[in-house]
Amino acid sequence: MRRQNCDVAVIGGGPAGLAAAVSARRHGAQKVLLLERDRELGGILQQCIHNGFGLQRYDEELTGPGYASRAARALEAAGGVEVQLDTMVVGLTPDKVLRTVSPAAGLQEVQAKAVVLAMGCRERTRGAIRIPGERPAGIYTAGAAQRMVNMEGYLPGKEIVIVGSGDIGLIMARRMTLEGAQVKAVLEIMPYSNGLTRNLVQCLDDFNVPLYLSHTITRIEGKSRVTSVTCMAVDENRCPIPGTEKTFACDCVLLSVGLIPENELSEATGIALDPLTGGPVVDQHRETSVPGFFAAGNVLQVHDLVDWVSAESDIAGRSAALFARQLRPAPEKTLLLQAGSGVRNVVPQRLVCQPGQAEAVRLFIRVAQPARNVRLRCLCQGETCYERRLPIVKPSEMVVVELPSAAYQPASGLLTIAVEEAAP
Amino acid sequence: MKNEVRKISCIVCPMGCVGTVEVRGGIAVRAAGFTCKRGEAYAVDEVTAPRRVLTSTVRVVGGVLPLAPVVSSRPLPKEQLLPAARCLATMQVAAPVQEGQVVVANLLGLGVDMVATRAIAVA
Repeated sequence: MRRQNCDVAVIGGGPAGLAAAVSARRHGAQKVLLLERDRELGGILQQCIHNGFGLQRYDEELTGPGYASRAARALEAAGGVEVQLDTMVVGLTPDKVLRTVSPAAGLQEVQAKAVVLAMGCRERTRGAIRIPGERPAGIYTAGAAQRMVNMEGYLPGKEIVIVGSGDIGLIMARRMTLEGAQVKAVLEIMPYSNGLTRNLVQCLDDFNVPLYLSHTITRIEGKSRVTSVTCMAVDENRCPIPGTEKTFACDCVLLSVGLIPENELSEATGIALDPLTGGPVVDQHRETSVPGFFAAGNVLQVHDLVDWVSAESDIAGRSAALFARQLRPAPEKTLLLQAGSGVRNVVPQRLVCQPGQAEAVRLFIRVAQPARNVRLRCLCQGETCYERRLPIVKPSEMVVVELPSAAYQPASGLLTIAVEEAAP
Repeated sequence: MKNEVRKISCIVCPMGCVGTVEVRGGIAVRAAGFTCKRGEAYAVDEVTAPRRVLTSTVRVVGGVLPLAPVVSSRPLPKEQLLPAARCLATMQVAAPVQEGQVVVANLLGLGVDMVATRAIAVA
């Protein structure tokens, strides 16, 4: 068995892993090892051939492969990062021993000083939303279909019904239309879409694809291949309303019903997960509950924009490098951040600080429901310590705020983030 | 002549501003409700001559992958998106493909090139 040591091991070569590896090198980690299970770097960006990436990070509108290529070039420029492709991490211990397998090197054991978790996320499947009916061919997750259409040259169907109006579902509605398929309907169980506005306009409106809000799929028909699906309108409790059945003839169903951070390795290592995000509980430096393990990108929280994934991974890579160099001071005080009214989750979940050294912290906030003209507040012991007005918030678009250093004291305690309707 | 007021959801950035554009005789005379200049420009174009960047794929012969992703060098008229995509479905390019390579020049005579957005090596 091959054995080696490194300062920072990065698990995953998508946008998170790429940025983390570069940042670790920039902050003095001598030997960085990047482990990727696919045959190339870039992760899911390689199948996201549409544009709209990079406006924040590169001030330019790039395609997914274009963004991946930028990130990979930054990795080359940084130097000193050993990339292992076709390599799957199958074991991870709290003392930072990674066990990997690959066709080229077989079994390998890596002793790291610090680890960055950048494994991304997976799609929810039919089983996760329990659609009744037959089990014919022709049912795919939207991301799987995206890979087939954009990278492998297969069209998964000609008459399509898309379940869920998340961004991947919307993007695929346009993509299938451009490839000559007919998208019969996009079904969304919520009364609002979970996709970005630009995708609603450019992927559905532009091609007259109908979006059925407050509708859910109730049956899939077809013996060997999908022949039709039935949907029903739902009431305010998301229960189907009898008598509202609508049937669409189709040969393909695409599911865009959410993403799950991929944390099997984190769990096996004993890293505490946040049930709301599905990712590890981290502090503002992206350190998890197990010292020396850092997390960034979709493994930590499902982002809407890759730009934020990269920005978050800059932080994780820097922290991992400082940990490996034993330059990270032990935190003296810990503030817990919790989601208050109107908020689904907040990342980071903890703030650590040295006495007299409060720093500005960027918070990622997912709101519970869409609202206009709201007041975002940070509360400490019932007192408002930070407040900001926002003209519009949606669950599909992460709210990003910079909490100024003056807003909190480096004392132990609890901070609550709340989003409420502002007084007129 | 009365001004027509069109409501436009801006798609330039994730802000998703919803504003209005007043049109008179096919010409935008006033835009309101957008928070940046780019958004305003988008909204004016959207009511006068809507354009979109097209991304799609072109078949690759002899490459490690069967397709190369491509992007239009400039936005093209919205109504040309489907004809352009159907035209691309008939095209092919030989590997190797370089990132930035013009795969199809002057698509449908629209004055827009289709450019590869990644490299595809020879199999």
